[in-house]
Amino acid sequence: MRYLPHSAADRRAMLASIGLSSVDELFSDIPRAVTDAFRPLGLSPRSEQEVFAELTELAQRNGAAGTACFLGGGIYDHYVPSVVGHVLSRSEFYTAYTPYQPEVSQGTLTAMFEFQTLIAELTGMEIANASLYDGATALAEAALMAERLKHRGRIAVARSLFANVRRVLDTYCWAGGIEVVELPYLPSGRCDLSHVPGDVSAIVLQSPNAFGVIEALEGVKERVGDALWIVSVHPLSLGILAPPGAFGADAVVGEGQPLGLTMSFGGPLLGLFATRAAYLRQMPGRVSGRTVDAAGNVGYTMAAQTREQHIRRERATSNVCTNSALCALAATVYLAAVGAGGLRRVAELNAEKAHYLAGRIAAIDGFDMAFSGPFFNEFVVRVPGDPAELHRKVLDAGILVESPDSLRPYGLDDALRIAVTEKRTRAELDRLVDALRGAT
Amino acid sequence: MAYPSEYRYTKDHEWVSIDGDRARIGITDHAQSELGDIVFVELPAVGNAVHAGEILATVESVKAVGDVFAPFDGTVVEVNEDLDSSPETINSAPHDEGWIAVIEFSDPSAIEGLLDAEGYKKLIAEG
Amino acid sequence: MTTIFDLPRGAETGGLFPDPDVPAAGIDGLIDRTLLRSDPPRIPNLSEPAVMRHYTALSKLNYGVEDGIYPLGSCTMKYNPKLHEDLARLPGWANVHPLAGPRSAQGALAFLHRLSALLGGIAGLPGVSLQPVAGAHGELTGMFLFKKHFEERGELARRRILLPDSAHGTNPASAATAGFTVTEIASNEAGMIDLESLENELDETVAGIMLTVPNTLGIFEERILEVTEKVHAAGGLCYFDGANLNAFLGRARPGDMGADVFHFNLHKTLSAPHGGGGPGAGPIAVSEPLVDHLPVPRIEREGEAYTLSWDHPRSVGSVHSFYGNVLVALKAYAYLLQLGDDGLRAVSGDAVLNANYLQERLKRTYRLPYDRRCKHEFVLSGTDPGEAVNTLDIAKRLIDYGFHPPTIYFPLIVREALMIEPTETEGKDGLDRFAEALERIASEAREQPQLLHEAPHRAPVRRLDQTAAARNPVLTHPLDEGDA
Repeated sequence: MRYLPHSAADRRAMLASIGLSSVDELFSDIPRAVTDAFRPLGLSPRSEQEVFAELTELAQRNGAAGTACFLGGGIYDHYVPSVVGHVLSRSEFYTAYTPYQPEVSQGTLTAMFEFQTLIAELTGMEIANASLYDGATALAEAALMAERLKHRGRIAVARSLFANVRRVLDTYCWAGGIEVVELPYLPSGRCDLSHVPGDVSAIVLQSPNAFGVIEALEGVKERVGDALWIVSVHPLSLGILAPPGAFGADAVVGEGQPLGLTMSFGGPLLGLFATRAAYLRQMPGRVSGRTVDAAGNVGYTMAAQTREQHIRRERATSNVCTNSALCALAATVYLAAVGAGGLRRVAELNAEKAHYLAGRIAAIDGFDMAFSGPFFNEFVVRVPGDPAELHRKVLDAGILVESPDSLRPYGLDDALRIAVTEKRTRAELDRLVDALRGAT
Repeated sequence: MAYPSEYRYTKDHEWVSIDGDRARIGITDHAQSELGDIVFVELPAVGNAVHAGEILATVESVKAVGDVFAPFDGTVVEVNEDLDSSPETINSAPHDEGWIAVIEFSDPSAIEGLLDAEGYKKLIAEG
Repeated sequence: MTTIFDLPRGAETGGLFPDPDVPAAGIDGLIDRTLLRSDPPRIPNLSEPAVMRHYTALSKLNYGVEDGIYPLGSCTMKYNPKLHEDLARLPGWANVHPLAGPRSAQGALAFLHRLSALLGGIAGLPGVSLQPVAGAHGELTGMFLFKKHFEERGELARRRILLPDSAHGTNPASAATAGFTVTEIASNEAGMIDLESLENELDETVAGIMLTVPNTLGIFEERILEVTEKVHAAGGLCYFDGANLNAFLGRARPGDMGADVFHFNLHKTLSAPHGGGGPGAGPIAVSEPLVDHLPVPRIEREGEAYTLSWDHPRSVGSVHSFYGNVLVALKAYAYLLQLGDDGLRAVSGDAVLNANYLQERLKRTYRLPYDRRCKHEFVLSGTDPGEAVNTLDIAKRLIDYGFHPPTIYFPLIVREALMIEPTETEGKDGLDRFAEALERIASEAREQPQLLHEAPHRAPVRRLDQTAAARNPVLTHPLDEGDA
């Protein structure tokens, strides 16, 4: 029990000061019926050395960790610069609490302010919060915000959202009494906006979407009437793609994992949320605001707290308390480390490698691009023969590609989605091409 | 600060200044002092119908939110838009320039349930 | 405080990424120009030394658990074991894509399954979901389960959630987000739920109750079995907020107290770090009637292999992109393996001993509104009405003594509240020094109140103007045109 500092003498002295002779006496207020019903786990304590060995061995059973990864769906195998881990491992950052006492939390609050600025800038919006749990709940929160503002009881969403994001959105909307109607997709892979319903609180697009296709954001604002226009983005793509804010989006959300977070089997992740300054009072999540201290020096503090649960309780804009603060710090350090120049370079690498691979795959007999629309680092190909069999053979060749089942919800029975990042070498790309060709 | 004897008061710390069938409403000095520095006021829309006991407006300080309740049924005919840019007026002049809204009411008997200045001072003394 | 936007810029930042090894036509040839940025984002280009210096300097402005006691009530800011940080960085855990498919992630699925079983054992409840990634998220998921449960039974009138006036703000907020209204139940003079008030509220419009056990005063609800029996008898469900689990770890199980949903805060009780506000993890354990409503996918075992199962038609859906905060769960799992049953019991033992030791000493100097044995935390009234200083001043002066302040102004039912939770990882000497600081501050409050009003004097910044921040929010650094 080396995490417990007391000696036996300490405990005796402390017990004496409160007039007791044993620690167990402190628990007499728990009803006997409850303590009698207690059952232990049947777990003996283990040493640090043993636990390290056991969990290292278990980690080795994750074959995915060492395999060429062409998986996407919002989470990507990007290179994380070493500085990110070093900053995050400073205990002043990772052991600190939520910055309710700003005078001893300027590190956290300053980094939050930087993050807000960076995300607002990347998305082309006026303000951003200091993170939500992940891209899926960020989108759900945006839908709830739209409903609070417009009260129409309905939202329209593109069919081409990531399936897991859509599932979370559906769950939150069911609970909030919000109907979700779907907008179909076109042969280009883009969302069909020819019949946008007029009586909805929000219109939701994802760009690049679940097919990897970049939506045409120009002119959308004019079509959505006074519904809130929400776009879910891939933040790395905004290194080269024009952001939704430039086209008049009302809220931009997204999954921030590509910005300096490891894939971590899906968590922790990073929810991005940016919107218009006019919506500040309705925006969920914590924000850091610049102010001055009693000596006139610049400092940072939590701002607009009256939106939040600790003050508004059942009338809060959101119930969110703990968010993804350390992951937001990772993203901040990542962006500081790569800079606008590095962000452009890595985004270009993603696009160049993805287009090279797409071209080579489409050239194989029987394989075609499923959609004609432009893409960033992810795309869908139609495959010949039995897609499940093809998938299995690719896995057997030691390459990770997503199961074709993931595209069935979109009505695609014979397709594979493939993502490419800057980490995929030419050799790996060519090996995938060979595996696909050889599997048919 | 004095509590004007010509005003009426509610147990929720609003003051009411009657002029014919119109009532000007604000929060009392006691309320503003409890809330601290006011940073934002959410005003009702002119033309809105209100009912007794419903929230008419909200007043926010850094750490708290205070609800302002409509003392009786009526219609909002005026709001103090200066509070948008200068919410702190409620702190410095809660009983005059810090007024929040004017309600036109139809039932004069509604005023009878309100406290007078002495009654209100007693209420806050008992705390 | 300097931000990255204030640093000298324009450094050459190449060298992180390789040159393209595929034929590169440049982006303009690949993606239509109308889709591309016309200007780069105004993110500064900084050298690596500048970045490291900047963030190292920022870190030194923070107070972390390694700096000293962090006595925030209901936050359980215990020591964060370093083994856990090393484990989370292993490539075998960090570099696994969530869509890798069970075949390639058996290690992850195995530990998640085992952790679920252990959490179920601690809760004394049969079903577990690791998807919620924060306590409030667990609360929301629990509220979704309540809603689904009553929807299936056709009991649509059950729209009200009862909760005590001492409840944490996330409780009513979570209930409201799930479409419920909330009704507060008063606490009695002993700081516990007034049973008569509870009975008066129980009717067929009640979906259930949300309780924190022990409550936010640090007091264990002695008639907890009666409370849950009454709610169940009225057809409602019981949600237990597990933020205060440190008070009875290894000694009692919420399932035996009548809980239908119990959430854990892995970043509190189970030693995962707080991260400056997150990421956390808020897994839930649920009673039998709610198991089929748990979020999908569920992690299941078939013989020797682990799988992800979607075939649960009565599930509420999903509340997270994938399976919850896996790396946070890994830290909790390692903690449980190290502690074992005896360790869990020792944790709650020392946590409650430390709180009572401090309470006994400090009640001689500060007012203790509920003067009885506490559990792992207790609430003082920092000052009385009419005194020259308030609890905020006391908190800011504690910073000058090198301590992080306790929670202030919560719970709402105690005036000028000071909520103190030392946790079990504080030694006796640390507790004594903390108590001594509070005692000296009480004297200063009488003799030199101005010292407290102007505190802190020795922090990286003086007291901050929160009114200005709230009146005119400045949430982003103003970026200029030529700022790239």
